[in-house]
Amino acid sequence: MRLVVIGNGMAGSRLVSEVRARDPRAKVTVFGAEPWQPYNRVLLSNVLAGSSGPDQVRLLDAAWYAEHGVQAVLGAEVVQIDRDTQAVITRDGRREPYDVLVLATGSEAVVPPIPGVARAVPFRTLGDCERIVAAAEHARRAVVVGGGLLGVEAARGLAGRGLPVTLLHLAGHLMERQLDAEAGLMLGETLGELGVEIRTGVTVTAITDSGVQLGAAEDLVEADLVVLACGVRPLTGLAAHAGLEVRRAVVVDDEMRTDDPSIFAVGECAEHDGTVYGLVAPAWEQAAVAADVITGGKSRYRGSRLVTRLKARSVELAAMGETHLEEDQAEVVRFSHRARGTYRKLVVRDGRLVGAILLGESDAVGTLTQLYDRGGPLPGDRAGLLFPGLAGAGAVADSPVRMPDAAKVCHCNNVTKGQIRACWEAGARDLAAVSAATRATTGCGTCRDAVEGIVDWLCEQEGVNA
Amino acid sequence: MKPPESTIEPVTSPPDGASVKTHCPYCALQCGMTVTARGGEVTIAPRTDIPANGHGGGALCQKGWTAGELLEPGARLTTPLLYGRRATWEKALDHVSRSLAGIRAAHGPDGVAVFGGGGLTNESAYHLGKLARVALGTSQIDYNGRFCMSSAAAAANKAFGLDRGLPFPLTDLAGADVVLLAGANIAETMPPLVRHLGVPRLIVVDPRLTPTAKLAALHLQPAPGTDLALALGLLHLLIAEGGVDAAYVAARTSGFDAVRTSVASWWPERVERITGVPVARMRSAVHMLKNTDNAYILTGRGAEQHAKGTDTVSAFVNLALALGLPGTPGSGYGCLTGQGNGQGGREHGQKADQLPGYRKIDDPAARAHVAAVWGVEPSALPGPGRSAQELLDALGTAEGPRALLLFGSNPVVSAPRSGTLADRLRRLDLLVVADVVLSETAALADVVLPAAQWAEQDGTMTNLEGRVLLRRRAFPPPGEVRTDLEIIQGIAAGLGHTWTASPPAVFDELRRASAGGIADYAGITYDRIAAETGVFWPCPAENHPGTPRPFLDRFATPDGRARFTPVEHRPPAEEPDDDYPVHLTTGRVLAQYQSGAQTRRVAALVEAAPEPFVELHPDLAAQLGIGAGDLVRVRSRRGSTEAVASITHTIRRDTVFMPFHWEGANRLTNPALDPASRMPEFKVCAVRLEKVA
Repeated sequence: MRLVVIGNGMAGSRLVSEVRARDPRAKVTVFGAEPWQPYNRVLLSNVLAGSSGPDQVRLLDAAWYAEHGVQAVLGAEVVQIDRDTQAVITRDGRREPYDVLVLATGSEAVVPPIPGVARAVPFRTLGDCERIVAAAEHARRAVVVGGGLLGVEAARGLAGRGLPVTLLHLAGHLMERQLDAEAGLMLGETLGELGVEIRTGVTVTAITDSGVQLGAAEDLVEADLVVLACGVRPLTGLAAHAGLEVRRAVVVDDEMRTDDPSIFAVGECAEHDGTVYGLVAPAWEQAAVAADVITGGKSRYRGSRLVTRLKARSVELAAMGETHLEEDQAEVVRFSHRARGTYRKLVVRDGRLVGAILLGESDAVGTLTQLYDRGGPLPGDRAGLLFPGLAGAGAVADSPVRMPDAAKVCHCNNVTKGQIRACWEAGARDLAAVSAATRATTGCGTCRDAVEGIVDWLCEQEGVNA
Repeated sequence: MKPPESTIEPVTSPPDGASVKTHCPYCALQCGMTVTARGGEVTIAPRTDIPANGHGGGALCQKGWTAGELLEPGARLTTPLLYGRRATWEKALDHVSRSLAGIRAAHGPDGVAVFGGGGLTNESAYHLGKLARVALGTSQIDYNGRFCMSSAAAAANKAFGLDRGLPFPLTDLAGADVVLLAGANIAETMPPLVRHLGVPRLIVVDPRLTPTAKLAALHLQPAPGTDLALALGLLHLLIAEGGVDAAYVAARTSGFDAVRTSVASWWPERVERITGVPVARMRSAVHMLKNTDNAYILTGRGAEQHAKGTDTVSAFVNLALALGLPGTPGSGYGCLTGQGNGQGGREHGQKADQLPGYRKIDDPAARAHVAAVWGVEPSALPGPGRSAQELLDALGTAEGPRALLLFGSNPVVSAPRSGTLADRLRRLDLLVVADVVLSETAALADVVLPAAQWAEQDGTMTNLEGRVLLRRRAFPPPGEVRTDLEIIQGIAAGLGHTWTASPPAVFDELRRASAGGIADYAGITYDRIAAETGVFWPCPAENHPGTPRPFLDRFATPDGRARFTPVEHRPPAEEPDDDYPVHLTTGRVLAQYQSGAQTRRVAALVEAAPEPFVELHPDLAAQLGIGAGDLVRVRSRRGSTEAVASITHTIRRDTVFMPFHWEGANRLTNPALDPASRMPEFKVCAVRLEKVA
């Protein structure tokens, strides 16, 4: 089998390694428009913030391709798919025949048609990231246009580099796709404390040498670095030219197959069941399904559950599923503590978690993510889910006074408070004597203080009663 | 050079009332104890000269204190049994001999299998391997250590070129600032070890808030079967935060680049979703580990007993290497071996692919060396055989062995998917079990041979540190009970071989067989062990001091560098679904040991832990309408069992826990094997629960 993959980003590179893991023999050729090895786009925000090194975003080493017999053609743009002869053609005229073709062309940053927009840097690729980091070295003020996930991460990252940052957003609150208004507002307040000024409900009318123009002429936000995070658009031109069905993206079925049975699409350029996913987890799930189908397996893709996790230092935010449902549509459990920047919301339907927002550090995030992912039944005690520390607290009675006689004090030697008391009553008046008689404290030794406490208490009681 | 014969005389028992210095019969800590028998009354006290438990007057857990109870006749076997009836040794061994002859004639040497145990002394393990390879000529030998630490062994061999559980003395841990315990519940499984961790701050990785996790400064509570992802995420964070010891990585390791690239795909938010461990906790763990000079990473069965256990251990080893811990004074990586002689048992030829001295059975030089010691042609030695689970699965099948000689193991209780094993054992032409008690497996045997216990025979044990220790005979075994070596001697005699049953003589031969191997015991003598309270292998000569810390200068790899191994997480072999919606994980409780064959016969231990139970979260219990103390049926795709509900907040909502000391829990477990270590996936499978009406 000759497999050709167009696109060497997170979806394409994943597909290639998934196919190789299943079929060591297929001839695999992958075309990447960018000139370097595939990298992990998810971590670009960390690179921008300086919390990950550029060497940490590599997904596959050059050596991997050699070791696994995969031909990677980097910096080569595919300009045409010839479905009749089953071949792809690059800009420099190279023709690569395929038996199976996978489109993993991803998406491109949306650059809104604003006067002066060329002065701004979009935030999408590793190259963009390097330009922004370089510019941030000398910049005095930065503006980020777009308050979605990526814009928030970029703004936080630039603020972390010591730049005053203003984050501009068209909608009424930040990350409106993932967050309700209250959470969006509180996220803005949290960012505000970290040096990011938030302006929502604003429209950018021009980008000039002195900054970003909002609406009226006098409303200028000064900046010498403007970063665009205005969303992405699937790259579907090749597919459309080749006559494949394209709606918002290339339409695929549950096998990740397009309407041409020998062509598949995965990742951000694919539309499955009306949904185009913009996160890495679904792209990797799709890559696994496509790789399995291509190598003769029977996997099917049934859509993905979306968990959005903000990567921004000192801002803990997770959002999943249907966060916008209100009380008339679902059971909603909400805790809000604005002064501390803590907001927690559960959306429950039919006893299952269908959405959640967690803003502010919380141990609940792991549990809730897994409950959401698995769709299992929720416990009746919803508050216990939001506040894991509460559950089980108060059950411990380690004061010698309140401890029942049956309570085990020394686990290693199965000694109860009652046995220690009996031993004391039989004449043992200190730790050594109790230990010799009961063997308490002779195992791991961690009960020493507890045993000593009981003996002391018994001695005190004796004094009181005498 | 041939080491001189030991000066120790063959077995004599000390006079009545004398105290004998020996070691506990149970776990790999091998606590030192003195045993005193006066007028038939046995008393036990901890020794203070043995580092494992010698602190402050000496420590023992309840199992150790009560170990003398099983020595008394009553609970134990005292005569051979032939088809369930008492028989003389002569009759029993004659039956074994004649049956083996018939089976070998009909099915060839591989028609007979041997299965050993990690509780046997080095001498017994060594002679059992020789019995298989020389007297029986079978390749079909393995042992229950395969269920125990084989994953750590495989990972350590890969990384360091040598597998010694702890490549440093336990007492080194006292100098640690931070210790990460991955899948080890030492507060219950080896309590005196906790004393060595008195000072440092603990990080515990466990799906349960175990008594050990309760001692920790930081508890990471991943979903069962996801600790590999967690280890990858911790290394990702360490790299991101600049915590890699670059000078160490450059000077002492190889292969870091490939690992750095592979963990780039395991960013913490992704790992959080897989493991359920909050990113903030991962960050805390990394901060604790990187901001200290003295740190240790220790793994236990929790990391190992998976179909990906080897890779999980490799991931923790990679983390340790990136931190610059292994082979650095005051720091390190180690595996906490479980069984009493789990370390020595894997070194001297009980393993399907190994010859004494931790030699590989397919290495021509190793075969030549051991064959010369055994006085046979190298070509006469069989090749590698089936691993434990594959061997048990083959028994009673058309291609499998027709006979099994089983020493010191109880697989009917301890093997995964145990429900099918009893049937297959019944289908054998011959099942011979040598044990102390009539275990569940012994109860199925055609021939049961009563074996002596720890305090009744001399021999060496190699504890979790790789320290070779001496167990001494305090008194002779009762009735017609024979030592393991005498039993092996008897079986070998029936096959035409005249072998010694003297422990020092066998040990001297073991020393020669191991000489020049990885686990080199050539310089270790009973006298030295007694005088030095243990000797660390490798010890190639009698004037060699032994090797407490083998990696200080170089690792045992060809280039002396430790090797990073890139590994990838994958889900457990069986994940919860609508039919079986809950994870089951298994483990141990303090008052019982392994299959419980010994400890379930000790009254004080039965009182402390009387019956099998299933631990579940109150939320799960409420959903299922189960109350504390209710009898619950737990069912997996492989079988079902009943246990009493124990309801506790210390376990995840999606997970239940069962101890494996009673027949039942392992009816449920999954025999999916690790591709490298052949370790079954004891630590995670999918079950459903219902209240028994």
